[in-house]
Amino acid sequence: MSARTIQGQKNLQDINQASKDGIGGSPLRPDGTLKVKGEFAYSSDLWHEDMLWGMALRSPHPRANILSVDISEAVKTPGVYAVLTHDDIPGSKFYGLEIQDQPALAKDKVRYHGEAIAIVAADHPETARRAVKKIKVEYEVLTPIVTEEQCLDPETYGYVHEPHEYKSHGYGNICHEQRLVHGGGVTDEIRALADVIVKGTYEVGMQDQAFLGPESGMAVPAEDGGIDLYVATQWLHVDRQQIAPVLGLPEEKVRLTLAGVGGAFGGREDLSMQIHACLLAQRTGKPVKIVYARDESFFGHVHRHPAKMYYEHGATRDGKLVYADARIVLDGGAYASASPAVVGNAASLGHGPYVIPNARMHAIALYSNNPSCGAMRGFGAVQACFGYETQMDKLAAELGMDPVELRQLNAMAEGDSMPTGQVIDSPAPVAELLQRVKDMPLPPPLDLDNLDVRTLPGALSNTSHGEGIVRGIGYSVGIKNVGFSEGFDDYSTARVRLEVIGGEPVAMVHTAMAEVGQGGITVHAQIARTELGVEQVTIHPANTEVGSAGSTSASRQTYMTGGAVKLAAEAVKQALITKGRQRYGWTQNDIDLVGGKVVSESAGVLVSMVDLLGDEAIDLTREHHHRPTVPFDKETGQGFGHVQYTFCANRAVVDVDVELGLVKVVELTAAQDVGKALNPLSVVGQIQGGCTQALGLAVMEEIIVKDGKVRNASFTDYLIPTILDTPPIPVDVLELPDPNAPYGLRGVGEAPTVSATPSIVAAIRQATGIALNRIPVRPEHLTGTL
Amino acid sequence: MRVTFTANGKPVEADDVWEGESLLYVLRERVGLPGSKNACEQGECGSCTVYLDGVPVCSCLVAAGQVQDREVRTVEGLADDESGELGLVQQAFIDAGAVQCGFCTPGLLVQTDALLEQDAQPSDTDIREALSGNLCRCTGYEKIMDAVRLASARKCQKVGHSE
Ligand code: FES
Ligand code: FES
Repeated sequence: MSARTIQGQKNLQDINQASKDGIGGSPLRPDGTLKVKGEFAYSSDLWHEDMLWGMALRSPHPRANILSVDISEAVKTPGVYAVLTHDDIPGSKFYGLEIQDQPALAKDKVRYHGEAIAIVAADHPETARRAVKKIKVEYEVLTPIVTEEQCLDPETYGYVHEPHEYKSHGYGNICHEQRLVHGGGVTDEIRALADVIVKGTYEVGMQDQAFLGPESGMAVPAEDGGIDLYVATQWLHVDRQQIAPVLGLPEEKVRLTLAGVGGAFGGREDLSMQIHACLLAQRTGKPVKIVYARDESFFGHVHRHPAKMYYEHGATRDGKLVYADARIVLDGGAYASASPAVVGNAASLGHGPYVIPNARMHAIALYSNNPSCGAMRGFGAVQACFGYETQMDKLAAELGMDPVELRQLNAMAEGDSMPTGQVIDSPAPVAELLQRVKDMPLPPPLDLDNLDVRTLPGALSNTSHGEGIVRGIGYSVGIKNVGFSEGFDDYSTARVRLEVIGGEPVAMVHTAMAEVGQGGITVHAQIARTELGVEQVTIHPANTEVGSAGSTSASRQTYMTGGAVKLAAEAVKQALITKGRQRYGWTQNDIDLVGGKVVSESAGVLVSMVDLLGDEAIDLTREHHHRPTVPFDKETGQGFGHVQYTFCANRAVVDVDVELGLVKVVELTAAQDVGKALNPLSVVGQIQGGCTQALGLAVMEEIIVKDGKVRNASFTDYLIPTILDTPPIPVDVLELPDPNAPYGLRGVGEAPTVSATPSIVAAIRQATGIALNRIPVRPEHLTGTL
Repeated sequence: MRVTFTANGKPVEADDVWEGESLLYVLRERVGLPGSKNACEQGECGSCTVYLDGVPVCSCLVAAGQVQDREVRTVEGLADDESGELGLVQQAFIDAGAVQCGFCTPGLLVQTDALLEQDAQPSDTDIREALSGNLCRCTGYEKIMDAVRLASARKCQKVGHSE
């Protein structure tokens, strides 16, 4: 730990406020008070009187050779302490989550618009900005490789990573691919078994996580030559794994502490400013803070993969699916990031929650000179869901069936097989979830005589008084895996300490889990309370002093780190009971901890925990691993690849101004099976938040990239839903326990983001009769003025 | 330049302020009030909302020099000064589960406070209109609506009682 103190460090997640409830209750978040007082220290709030500001020079070209970099003028700027380029990196020059293909600072070429080339540390952000402007880079600008056709023909258009560059993993410009063949596959004989066939080509634009808290943090040089980094991230240990080699330091000399995180949604899985701040701190010997401005944030993190998809479904006259075929092409951009895992998800979940006797799939991620894409809420399942759910509506129309009935007819249930051959061994209430959203009351019809125009499409712009407004209703359902898949040894670590403080038994929970807003720390306290029968629980700041918690992503943290907290708390409980047995010779088998006491159902209260513990603390650490999975077979996609599945169904009601092409979602209903709601208030909040990001993808959110250049890197131009765009979101929570999961719980966060988008598009389609094969749906798609 | 103003009732001054600095920057980096947040610095997200002479503004769009001799109230000024007790709107946001990552919260609290000052019983559409300049990426806004309704109900009850 550095001798310096950092303002903000103190209250960084140092959450001592106790709340009372155990699992199943909805105690308030322990960090809530700090947050509403403006006292919670987010990573951009860190401050040190001696600190410098870091900033990066970013490439204006998506593809260019760097001929020279001249930093001489920048270095001379008063107030500038360091200007670093690729040559100044002391250790390994590349890093990456799955493939080490990303240079910490661009070397001899840039591969995407916004790639960092040099970094500056200065005494004021404005000084840093001016110094960055003075760095002269000579480029040989090359034609970017941006379309599928260009990517797949490297002989003509070139390579994003040359074949001799050790970073490339697949071949040509293919970063990763996964095929799948299920049943008899898709052949002419199989096609002949179908009475009706529907086909479609679909497109999904590039969505951004657009978390509000910008990428930021502070690197502080320590006296032992190491670095202490305070940062907003999703996975402290994997950050350290990537940072340390670049700094030329052993991992134990790079210590990370989680600073307050202003949302993540996958966008903080990859490194952003971490290495740059550390390099500058190492060089200058001073604390260095980096806070991205919003435009830099758009360049500084990976996005949701834009997709081109081809789908074909065959069914019998009575609506039973015979086969499904799909090809999904994801644009991974310049660097691999999480693309291989995203492809695995797209391939294995890409036919949806349906029983399909014969199926085929080919999913690929391309390297291109577009912005890099990686993790975002829904992770490869989102794009596909738009494809297969649109197909379900088409098929229903073709068969003259009700779209919900068609889905229910083919819905998978416990005991059915995924196209990967994996048998679903826990409840899969797909048909029931659909029924639940269908049965919820509909919002009242538009009453043109009693109208507040602010509720119409176009809302406050006063574009309409109700003429030309048509209402539509659409349905959808989706599937998402929970946790890391395909043989990854996914685990989490928790340390639980029980001791007497101020005459009361107090439990402390220490994990490296990144609280990114989802409410994990609330749930950890609930688990500790439930297992240990105490009221007071404190949450230790998350850092790398305890073992890895894995990533706050893949809807896995309550399952994985919650599971680890449960294991550690159970171990503490057993240790305490053993202590009592040794001291008092208890022989009962029904001993439990309740209300601060050791009790036996048969013999009543045995002793108070305070008396039994005395001055001693019980401090134990446990790891929670989920059951093993296996990689999918490369060619057939078969294998027990996912540890758990989660399902959500939606109904959307929309009003469309068919003259202006404006859409207003009137209501978006969700029904989701969560296994067990550890904190019902948080669960509902997660589902509503997930639905809203899905709404964004349906009707407004897209990073516009033209010839590799980003055109809308600001909140002025990249639209995310406001409170006016977001309707009431009634949520129906189902709790069917998964026998394999802690408490029977199911990951919650992502499923609604997967499923809700197609329901909105379906509703718009129903209102307008327009096919709508691309999202986000824009006014010009509805008015034919494209 | 030197800028002097009142922040949450206390006089503050900031020295060596560069002409281009925003009020947001001065609050966060110079006078130790980082509660107002920096999410877009373009007036689009509302995370930086503060009262300036009683009117809610995006502090990222206010030049530091503009606040000379004026009164600023930030999220840090919403709790009771002496007791530290949370303001009505703050408590309602916690109780309703309207805080997830909380980055949008300070701005929403100030904006909601201002709304309820003007109209203690706004309709849902009024609330949506008033808060349409404050982005939240986490909550889906439902719990925020709940929080504002709750704060409104509590406020009306309180007023009712004291009358
Ligand atoms: S930071 Fe001021 S409006 Fe976004
Ligand atoms: S709670 Fe995260 S942005 Fe609103």
